[in-house]
Amino acid sequence: MPSIVAENLTKRYGSFTALSNLNLKIEGSKCVGFLGPNGAGKTTTLKIFTDMIRASEGRALINGVDVHLNKKKAMSSVGALIESPEIYPALTPRDALSMVAEIRGLPRAEKRKKIEEVVSEVKMEEWLDKKVGKFSKGMKQRINIAAALLSDPDVFLLDEPTTGLDPRGMAEVRDIVKSLKTRNRLIFMSSHLLNEVQDICDEVAMIDHGKLLVYDSLSNVTSRASSDGGNIVEVELLRDIDERTVNDDIASLANVSSAERSDPRKVRIHFSGNIQNQERLLLELANLKIGMISFHPSASALEDTYLRLIKDTL
Amino acid sequence: MIRTMSKLPGKSLSTPGSRLLPTSVSQVGTITKYELLNYFRSRRFFILLAIGLIISGLLTALVAYYGVSNVAPCLPNTCSSPPLAFYSFWWGSSITFVIVLSGIFFGGDAISGEFQNKTGYFLVANPLRRSSIYIGKWLGALTASLIVLAIYAAITVGNGLYYFGANVPYQFAESLSFSILYLIAVLGFTFFFSSLFKSSSMSILVTAILFLFAFSLIQLIVSGLVQVEPWFIITYGSGIIGNVLMDTYPTTQPIRGPGGRDSTTFAATIPEGIAILLIYFFATAVLGLVLFERKEFT
Repeated sequence: MPSIVAENLTKRYGSFTALSNLNLKIEGSKCVGFLGPNGAGKTTTLKIFTDMIRASEGRALINGVDVHLNKKKAMSSVGALIESPEIYPALTPRDALSMVAEIRGLPRAEKRKKIEEVVSEVKMEEWLDKKVGKFSKGMKQRINIAAALLSDPDVFLLDEPTTGLDPRGMAEVRDIVKSLKTRNRLIFMSSHLLNEVQDICDEVAMIDHGKLLVYDSLSNVTSRASSDGGNIVEVELLRDIDERTVNDDIASLANVSSAERSDPRKVRIHFSGNIQNQERLLLELANLKIGMISFHPSASALEDTYLRLIKDTL
Repeated sequence: MIRTMSKLPGKSLSTPGSRLLPTSVSQVGTITKYELLNYFRSRRFFILLAIGLIISGLLTALVAYYGVSNVAPCLPNTCSSPPLAFYSFWWGSSITFVIVLSGIFFGGDAISGEFQNKTGYFLVANPLRRSSIYIGKWLGALTASLIVLAIYAAITVGNGLYYFGANVPYQFAESLSFSILYLIAVLGFTFFFSSLFKSSSMSILVTAILFLFAFSLIQLIVSGLVQVEPWFIITYGSGIIGNVLMDTYPTTQPIRGPGGRDSTTFAATIPEGIAILLIYFFATAVLGLVLFERKEFT
């Protein structure tokens, strides 16, 4: 069973601690989204797992092998994409992928077929024999993804894999990652795109200021959107609403646990109960005649959790 | 899926659920191969080759125009072998410049470029040791430089054959061997500087300044003004390339300068020169490798 384990992983740059005592154990075939703001320590973690940087303390293990002590063995079953690597501009994708294939020990007979297969998967067949120097950032990123897929590894370490891609490219990468899940692979993927993580991943790890805030299944994490484990709706208004109306009138409605004004014409309401309670809440809000023009569940429960957790650490 | 690539125990590496990896030696070969391909495709190799051909062309034209006996004179009292005078003029006066250019072209940004251009991110996140990358790239640079050196030597010998027939002095073979040793040392040194800096332009600039100006200047000051043998300077060791082509190998000896001032001219003996070049190579190659192993892709 593929696994990646961080044991007390710490990375310091002088007095600045980029990663603080990270403990994480991920096992099995799944996709784990690694979320956090800029500078939270996501890329630092992934770079330690690929031995691009050394941990100040702790260990990074892939399939039980310490990456720093035995990188060759640890990385033998890993396909990694860290930041947006550049490829020698004078080489073609075929050359670059041949190099990776030879480093990874693909037999000569299989190499050509496998390269064409992964290049087809990232929709770059037409560019296979063109020099990489002429490629856009998105095209290079597709080749980088192809390189990660090349040896059909057990574990994927992907650092914002859709960076630089257009919307179609992003959707295609998401499909690739989803297909990897069906092939029993472990994917550890950092991203800024919460909807992407919500769409692809089974589990979520959130990190901020180098510290792990939460690691749980997506459903458990999203249910934390409300502190009482309830629901969130967002109400949009025709006119401005004052704090007193929000705190006294809305917050006191049945099943409402809290209400907050996110802007003068928007209110977020946390409530408990089922769909019937939601219907009743809608009616009661309409009766308040506050100028309600829209009433809908919060766009992203994951985003709510993210914002709450990250805000809490400031 | 597990497949067998090598039946030799300890020669390849396998992990449960993963494929067998090539040996580190084999991975060095792969890096060398694609480094060379990159040189050829990026025209870097051909630019250096063109410079070598231009220098050769200029020397060929010079000899043809002024005559071999005028540009490489062999005076009766000081010279016993006209071919040796010719090879000394041609090879001895220009090959160190070609070697230094090779070092700058192929070694200057070999490692620093991996950081600055982020091409290292593509390579390092693979199952191979950093030492394999370093050695592979060094061998690639050496191979490309040797090709240029071989072509330059062929043109030199071609001219020698034209003017003197098959009478190639054995000292030329010695000088060629020392040139290769100097090339090895220069590449060790340039790779060290390339590992030291993260900026390609900085590593290239420092290497160029050191080899084209600084070392010669320091050597001149140390030996001429301070009167100390500059055994610690690589270019002093490389003096054996030209010295071996002289009719009488120069030695360290006191001389009386203008105004009756006594001074000493220094010349490294062949064993001293070889030792200086080897020490430079081993010291800088090991230091460069250690730096690259420790450097972080931040």
